[in-house]
Amino acid sequence: MAQLPFIAAVDAGIHQEMKRDATVLYFGQNLATTENHPFVAAYGHERVRVTPISETAEIGIAIGAAMSGLRPVVELYMAEFMLVAMDQVVNEAPRFRYMSGGQVKVPLVLKAGFGFAAGWAGQHTGSLTALFMGVPGLKVVVPSTAADAKGLMATAIRDDNPVVFLHHYLLTLEHGEVPDGEHLVPFGKAEVRRAGGDVTIVATGWMVPRSLAAAEKLAAEGIQAEVIDPRTVAPLDLATILKSVAKTGRLVLVDQAPRHATVAGIIAGDVAEHGFSSLKAPIVQVTARDATVPYSEPLEAYVIPDEERIIAAVRTVLKARR
Amino acid sequence: MSVQAPNAERQIWIFTHMLRIREFEERVKRTFTEHPGVIRGHTHLADGAEASIVGSLSHFKNGDAALATYRCHGYPLVLGSDPKAMMAEIYGRVDGLCKGLGGSMHLTDVKRGFLGTSGIVGAGIPHAAGAAWAAQIRKKREVVFCFFGDGASKQGAFHETLNIASLWKLPVIFVMENNGYNVVTTTAQEDANAAAGEPLAVKAKGYAMPGVTVDGADPLAVAATVGTAVERARAGEGPTLVESKVYRLSAHGNIIAPPGVPLHYPEHEAITIFGKREEYEAALRGDPVPRFRAALVKSGVLSGAKADGLAAQVAKEMDAAVTFAVKSPFPKLESALDNVYA
Repeated sequence: MAQLPFIAAVDAGIHQEMKRDATVLYFGQNLATTENHPFVAAYGHERVRVTPISETAEIGIAIGAAMSGLRPVVELYMAEFMLVAMDQVVNEAPRFRYMSGGQVKVPLVLKAGFGFAAGWAGQHTGSLTALFMGVPGLKVVVPSTAADAKGLMATAIRDDNPVVFLHHYLLTLEHGEVPDGEHLVPFGKAEVRRAGGDVTIVATGWMVPRSLAAAEKLAAEGIQAEVIDPRTVAPLDLATILKSVAKTGRLVLVDQAPRHATVAGIIAGDVAEHGFSSLKAPIVQVTARDATVPYSEPLEAYVIPDEERIIAAVRTVLKARR
Repeated sequence: MSVQAPNAERQIWIFTHMLRIREFEERVKRTFTEHPGVIRGHTHLADGAEASIVGSLSHFKNGDAALATYRCHGYPLVLGSDPKAMMAEIYGRVDGLCKGLGGSMHLTDVKRGFLGTSGIVGAGIPHAAGAAWAAQIRKKREVVFCFFGDGASKQGAFHETLNIASLWKLPVIFVMENNGYNVVTTTAQEDANAAAGEPLAVKAKGYAMPGVTVDGADPLAVAATVGTAVERARAGEGPTLVESKVYRLSAHGNIIAPPGVPLHYPEHEAITIFGKREEYEAALRGDPVPRFRAALVKSGVLSGAKADGLAAQVAKEMDAAVTFAVKSPFPKLESALDNVYA
């Protein structure tokens, strides 16, 4: 085990796979521009390349390379840059296996940071996870710890499908214990970050540490929250969430996206359909307020879910009776 | 570099494949009236582009790849795909090339190097560049043929990809089939080069690669031009943009309508939209299939009787494709959930 910042753990996951598999490529903008860039030094320009600012071509090239037997990882930096090339992400990469009747595989990873609520204003702060999670053929990964960042990246590279790997920008420098050597984290297996019997909180990305902090404050009052981190939202481990709700009877969903663009809403629908008899109170969703993320610091904080709103939601579900 | 001109045998091979594409497409077209309801959605025919398709792919070697657009029936026929499986795919049947999951716009035959077809204009161009990167890494002098229409050159994907392909010297040949129309918009109405009287091949200049315009109705001219581009790509010198001028002899596609309305092919847009019947009739007079037949007969490569024999043989082959496809059952319902993920 080593203490690594989250972002170094992501790199460790890419290194792990590039070392063992010569078909893995890594490319993107402002990357690999010198010979001593660590990935260039290790794997050469054949596999590690800088691209122009051309997201459509970058992702499209990844698709063609993937269909030809390679495993590209595209460095996109920010999830919003995928919006520039949304056709390639949503209507090309996940379609080819299906439309060809299973003749091709499209194993690629789209690596992008998201949710940079640190004064980046309206166009670099989005939480776009839910835009991708419902697309058949796409997998969507949202690590919240350094260890998962490494293990999920490695699994994403080995997966034979297009994977959107979304790492939260505010977790970039968070340190965590990361297993040395080969480390893989399976897709579709949620992690219970904190056990508790009174209420279930489900959160992804940066909302995980916020929910854990809220849970600690609630614990001081004797309220035990169970905090679940799905880690991958496609596939989604609904079973672990339903099992927890069967125990607690109460569900709070925390999501950094605006009200009607969340993963939370999808989970709420599934739990309402499949876990209704377990629920002792209506599900409560804590989401961003319906606004573009503002620049000014207090306004930004007002729009995005914080500990207080999570705690208030927990109190609401604990009070409610069905 | 000099590209060897096709010998007599190769010229007959080219003519046969041109006939095969035409006869296949004629049957797709006739299905709308002979078997109404069998073809759903949208189909797009390559009639008029046969010489360009076959002339280009006459340079295809084992290990090469080709990618195209939704107007994709011609290429796999040349690469060796079974017309029965292709027709069954267009009819949505279990024996289809793609198990009925793709249909007319998404024919794919990976075993024969036909890697994929995007139905979104221009979107497949970077896929070809990606396949070319893979070929570059394999170092076996393999190349990628990237087919698209003139409309695609108005998409960002085209410009972004030509820039990278030239920068990285990718072994790809960009074959732009310029048929003069983006659905019902003429090239001059949407393209600055065309409006200025320039060939579309000049776009290559912006990306430091050769750009050539060729008569796409002449398979030998296409074979010579694309051959030079293929040699350049195999030699590691990078991509070429070939503008192949063709005339689409059918409308853009069959009628777009909800169920219940017959989906046959309307008249060409030159007539229905622009009232230019003479333009269309001139194009018909220049139809590349009879034109090449006449050239082969004139040069003595083929006798009229031999040409008729070939045509009869091809007609029989394509009739069999229709018979097979009509009889092929629909896929099992649960198969709709197969192949979502690998």
